[in-house]
Amino acid sequence: MLVPSRAGRWVLWTVFALLFLPLFALPLLVVVAASFAGHWSGAFPSDPTTAHYAAAVHGESLQALVTSLVTAVVASLLALALGTWTAIAAAGLGKRAKRSLDALLMLPVAVPSVVVGLAVLVAFSRPPLLLNGTSSIVILAHTLLVTAFAHQSVAAALARLDPAYEQAAASLGARPSYVLWRVKLPLLLPSLTAAAGLCFALSMGELSATMMLYPPDWVPLPVRIFTATDRGSLFSGSALAVVLMAATLLVLLAVSRLRTRGSYR
Amino acid sequence: MPRAGAALPRPGWRVPRPVWALPPVAVLGLILLHPLGLVVQQSLSPERGGGAFGGYAEVLGSAAFRDALGTTVWLAAGATVGCLVLGFFLALVIAFVPFPGAKAVAKFVDVFLSFPSFLVTLALLFVYGTVGMANGLWTGVTGAAEGPFHFLATPWGVLLAEITYFTPFVMRPLLAAFSQMETAQLEAASSLGAGPGRIVRQVILPEARPALAAGGSLVLVMCLNEFGIVLFTGAKGVTTLPTLIYGKAILEADYPAACVVAVVNIAISVGLFGLYRVVSKRAGA
Repeated sequence: MLVPSRAGRWVLWTVFALLFLPLFALPLLVVVAASFAGHWSGAFPSDPTTAHYAAAVHGESLQALVTSLVTAVVASLLALALGTWTAIAAAGLGKRAKRSLDALLMLPVAVPSVVVGLAVLVAFSRPPLLLNGTSSIVILAHTLLVTAFAHQSVAAALARLDPAYEQAAASLGARPSYVLWRVKLPLLLPSLTAAAGLCFALSMGELSATMMLYPPDWVPLPVRIFTATDRGSLFSGSALAVVLMAATLLVLLAVSRLRTRGSYR
Repeated sequence: MPRAGAALPRPGWRVPRPVWALPPVAVLGLILLHPLGLVVQQSLSPERGGGAFGGYAEVLGSAAFRDALGTTVWLAAGATVGCLVLGFFLALVIAFVPFPGAKAVAKFVDVFLSFPSFLVTLALLFVYGTVGMANGLWTGVTGAAEGPFHFLATPWGVLLAEITYFTPFVMRPLLAAFSQMETAQLEAASSLGAGPGRIVRQVILPEARPALAAGGSLVLVMCLNEFGIVLFTGAKGVTTLPTLIYGKAILEADYPAACVVAVVNIAISVGLFGLYRVVSKRAGA
């Protein structure tokens, strides 16, 4: 279309492949290859082994995976609750109040995650709210960082929602709480699950704020990957990274299946 | 005599709608605004003398801070330009010179976005590290003792990783914008004898400008805030504002200094993010 000549198209596609493959496909392939490698000092990995995976699902690494999963699930649910509430509440506000509420929610996205971590650390290391050294401080920081995304996607879905449904329900005498539970939330369900998947993926990969405040007995997977590679254990770090990617993708896949099922109802 | 309106029975007392916004705002105030306020307060604490702004004078005057600020800004600016150029070209090919599998590539880009950034640095260690693929190929072919690629521990390594990781964030809005474009426009321009270069310049680029602006400013903010990529290079020579904050707070336990850097970083990022919101609002309109 844009390039009528066949030769011209092939030149463009070649340039595309030369840029795309080394920049985007190669990194993922390399991490996967390294996770199976016993040795890599040359062009290609050697001594294929699955020992890194055996280690990745045992002991402290397994604990890190469970820690990450628990943190991500709890933080996503909390963020979903908070973000849905703010999105629905914002819809009932005036224009200026709505804009300030949106700005408040987007603040953790604009502020560097490291600073969010620092702020939470400073605020919750002193009584009366002494959370430093507990798992709650990590979950709290993750919740803060992902709530914005939950709020944003629920607010976008609310804006697209046909007001006729709730008007019909209300005109038939349904109380506002009934309209919310039986009409609005079920209609929002697909976007709620999408938001949950997004929050989960972000929380699984969160490193910056976590590095500032993880306690020794609550080490999420990204921190474990960092400590492994920092020690020089690049191969076991890669295996852990593949486990992290696989866990994230599996949950995203499950969520998107749930969503397509939900949208047929 | 009661007025007509008052005669209607009220369906019970109802909470006014704006009141429903108060509980979440209170929660956010406690877990977000209060902590950020404490960071500002700590940055002003005259612990080491010199008045309220003593900490600022000391930190802002230090070479380490100015170094980190300079590195952060040029890395973010460079990565943004790189992402814009690369993302525009890649999105252009996917949208307008499609090849079999172009859809799958677009899907792959989406998946790429859901992975954490430090994976890219981890991968680059195997590709361009001292004993990685590139150097391995070089020594294998030339027989030299070591390969020529040593840029990973320098800012260039961070730049490459940031361009790799953030380009999809430019491609996504671009692909969305391209999918809404009328192909009739392109066909008309083409049938009037415009060459591909001219079509891109005069038809596609003006349409893509809002998406480019929105994607570019988002990437700029995310690069300024990036931590994982810089941390994973393990380069002692590359310090950005976020890694400086981490170093001051966790490695040196110098919280007032960390808070000063944090306030500067907040000011830069929030200012730019506000700009991004304005630009992307305009792009969406």
